Amino acid sequence: MTALGMLSPAIVLSAVLNGLLMGAVYALVALGLTLIYGVLHIINFAHGALLTAAMFAALFAHRLLGLDPYVAALPLSISFFALGYALQRFVIGPASHGRDENYLLITLGLAVVIENALLYAFRADTRTITLPYAFDVLEAGSVFLPVPRVVAFAVVMLVALLLWLGMRFTDTGKAIRAVAKEKLGAELAGIDVAHIYAVTFGIGTGCLAIAACLLIPTYYVNPQAGNAFVLIAFTIVVLGGMGSVAGALIGGLGVGVVESLSGLYLGESLGQIGIFIILILVLLLRPSGLFGARA
Amino acid sequence: MSSATVIAAAVALLAAVPLLTASNVVLNFLIVTLMVALVGQGWNVLGGYGGQYSFGHSAFFGTGAFATAIMQVRYGINAWAAFCMGIAAGALLGAVIGALCFRSGLKGAYFALVTLAFAEVLRIIASVAPLTGAGVGTLIALDLRPEAFQFRSRLPFYWIMLGLVTLSLVIARLIEGARFGAWLIAVRENEDAARALGVDVTRIKLAAMIISAAIAAAGGCFYAQYFLFVDAGIAYGPWISVQALLAPIIGGAGTALGPLLGALVIKTLGELTKLVAGDAPGLDLVAFGSILIAVVAFAPRGIAGLLSASHDRLRLGSTLEPPATERADA
Amino acid sequence: MPEPLLRVEKVSKHFGGVVAVDRASFAIAAGHITALIGPNGAGKTTLFSIIAGFSPPSEGRIFYAGAEITGEPPHRLARRGIARTFQIVQPFAGLTVWDNIAIGSHLLRPARADALAAAAETAQLVGLGELVRRPAASLTLSALKRLELARALAIEPRLLLLDEVLAGLNPCEIHDMVPLIRDIRDRGVTIVLIEHVMQAVMSLADEVLVLAQGRIIAAGSPQAIASHPRVIEAYLGHGAAARLHAQQQSYDR
Repeated sequence: MTALGMLSPAIVLSAVLNGLLMGAVYALVALGLTLIYGVLHIINFAHGALLTAAMFAALFAHRLLGLDPYVAALPLSISFFALGYALQRFVIGPASHGRDENYLLITLGLAVVIENALLYAFRADTRTITLPYAFDVLEAGSVFLPVPRVVAFAVVMLVALLLWLGMRFTDTGKAIRAVAKEKLGAELAGIDVAHIYAVTFGIGTGCLAIAACLLIPTYYVNPQAGNAFVLIAFTIVVLGGMGSVAGALIGGLGVGVVESLSGLYLGESLGQIGIFIILILVLLLRPSGLFGARA
Repeated sequence: MSSATVIAAAVALLAAVPLLTASNVVLNFLIVTLMVALVGQGWNVLGGYGGQYSFGHSAFFGTGAFATAIMQVRYGINAWAAFCMGIAAGALLGAVIGALCFRSGLKGAYFALVTLAFAEVLRIIASVAPLTGAGVGTLIALDLRPEAFQFRSRLPFYWIMLGLVTLSLVIARLIEGARFGAWLIAVRENEDAARALGVDVTRIKLAAMIISAAIAAAGGCFYAQYFLFVDAGIAYGPWISVQALLAPIIGGAGTALGPLLGALVIKTLGELTKLVAGDAPGLDLVAFGSILIAVVAFAPRGIAGLLSASHDRLRLGSTLEPPATERADA
Repeated sequence: MPEPLLRVEKVSKHFGGVVAVDRASFAIAAGHITALIGPNGAGKTTLFSIIAGFSPPSEGRIFYAGAEITGEPPHRLARRGIARTFQIVQPFAGLTVWDNIAIGSHLLRPARADALAAAAETAQLVGLGELVRRPAASLTLSALKRLELARALAIEPRLLLLDEVLAGLNPCEIHDMVPLIRDIRDRGVTIVLIEHVMQAVMSLADEVLVLAQGRIIAAGSPQAIASHPRVIEAYLGHGAAARLHAQQQSYDR
């Protein structure tokens, strides 16, 4: 294991910056998860499979329709919003009879179904797409930042801003916040809770679609792809606090940096372990996270 | 008809199979099904009776499998002894994970998440550690002698597996009838109420976890002996975590026969989908996932629940009270 | 009084900046029925939770049957003989009435048959004999309250803490519960009850403790408490005692 001093500052800086850029995408994935938890109070175990599905969708949007992922992001996010809405409204909500244990099992069941449907349809092969700008880099002093990651960072910040604005100023956003805070009261005030739950879930999956389009220029796609991201997203959500959007953002950036640095010093696989160990430790010691309300 | 009678009948039926057919295909199918039923029974003790849903039961299965394999391959320990050591290893891991989780008061989705994370950590470690053979896995040398827990025919494997499953059924039945079982169910239903009635919730959960892990590990140990090869994905992969959970839920969580019923259903369904879809992987799990959702939505007590509801004299559910015909007072 | 069964010494409970219980001190004599009353939010249930071990006190000590029990967990206290019911009923919803009570009976009876037999008797005692095989989830509130009571009795406590066991019951149901509570005391169980139903408090309690804003502001017989000015003020507000007294005097003229 190399000592900190043996690596040049430029390499470390590069790892940190790249970690931040990568962390933004993790944050977007985590954002959907934490929103769903904050409002529906369920941990969505299907999040990873849905991300994988979105990645396949982006892949085929490019292969079959020739759509550049950044262009496909808009129609895909809308269709995945609709998918998420339908899933919560017509499958998850009704099937769970409102009980927590059932949500666990149902979202797990969905994960199994989606992941294996993709496996059956597309086999386990890994696919990638090649884009002309995939390997372009931006020079920032002595550090090289891949263009797709810079674009991803910018898009995530934009999405986060739009979400924040939406939650603050639109009627639906206010309804979502009301339901998150006090479901019964919101119901009594006339808010259609089932609809809001579905909208929230839809926003979560919509975010996944955008994240998928941001990942696809530089990542491989196979039926397992989403899982890797999602355990990281779980870690972020637990660290940043279930239901805290700010926590998801800050946590995402932080985890990105940690992963990048530990990958630098420990190699790929062990870097992954670091993240899971953080997840386990946080769950054991402080499940409410650094920003979140008491679980 | 008490559940003890039904259990005996089921075991007798399974014991009769080799008398009716010599087909290796059938035997192999049943051996694997019984193995899933065993690991599922392990899950059932903690999840069905205790209400603590583990999403990473492969951690115990895999530890049993690797321990058995490694003890033989690297330390030359006798296969039967290695089998027992594998169970002990699984139980020990259960004690550690249980102590960590339950003393922290982890429940529900958080507990599920942590168990998932533990299984993943083990999988990653096993895929790089030299001890487990890293990416290549561990191979147990072919040594077709009974002393080495290897047999030329499948029949001895079948008897052993059936014996293990029967043992697990007996354990489940004993738990049901004992105070431990009543307290475990109380913990599942309402922890605070249980505490107020003198139940040491943390200790009960821990005990359930250890028993659960030991049974699941036994399944893993058997896997290692039957297939003679273990790697990180086989040992700690989601395939067994999911099936260990599916079998009891579909068959009836919190009943002794649930895991067996559920295992029969999902494995049969698996074979059927293979007939329909050929060898393309994934379709069987799509079916399993759909059934899980359907069961939770429409038949939360699983198959055992459906059977009990429609046949009043069939007592498959785990309630404490004596059957109506055996009541002392009117 | 002879050694009290329960002695609470300067017990306080802070939640962050909020003081829920403020240096409460009192003693409960064995065989008595003591009522703990006070306006909503006074800290009564918090006090119960502390005594029953669900919540450790921030300060103070608790003694039961001569031994210190401060900070002991609920299951340990249950084994010592302290039972409690919950303000919002907490049945084992997926089980029958019989099974619910049997889990309590099991504490002192490891054998299933013994526990079930004892549970059947306890069910009879509280009037649930006909309903033993019903799923707890299908019971009316009144039956659920009785179940709550039965389960607590099943562990054969010496001290029974009843948290608003009459809340939500109609006058008829209350009328039926009161003699049951008295009957339990007559069997040798010391009872402390949190209650808002004043008629029950008046007819059942040997002694009344009044809690307001976390502090015990009065203690005495039901009659003494009913006309205690500080108690009246706690419920009706500052100056109410004087107003009522003046009003009463105007009627007397």
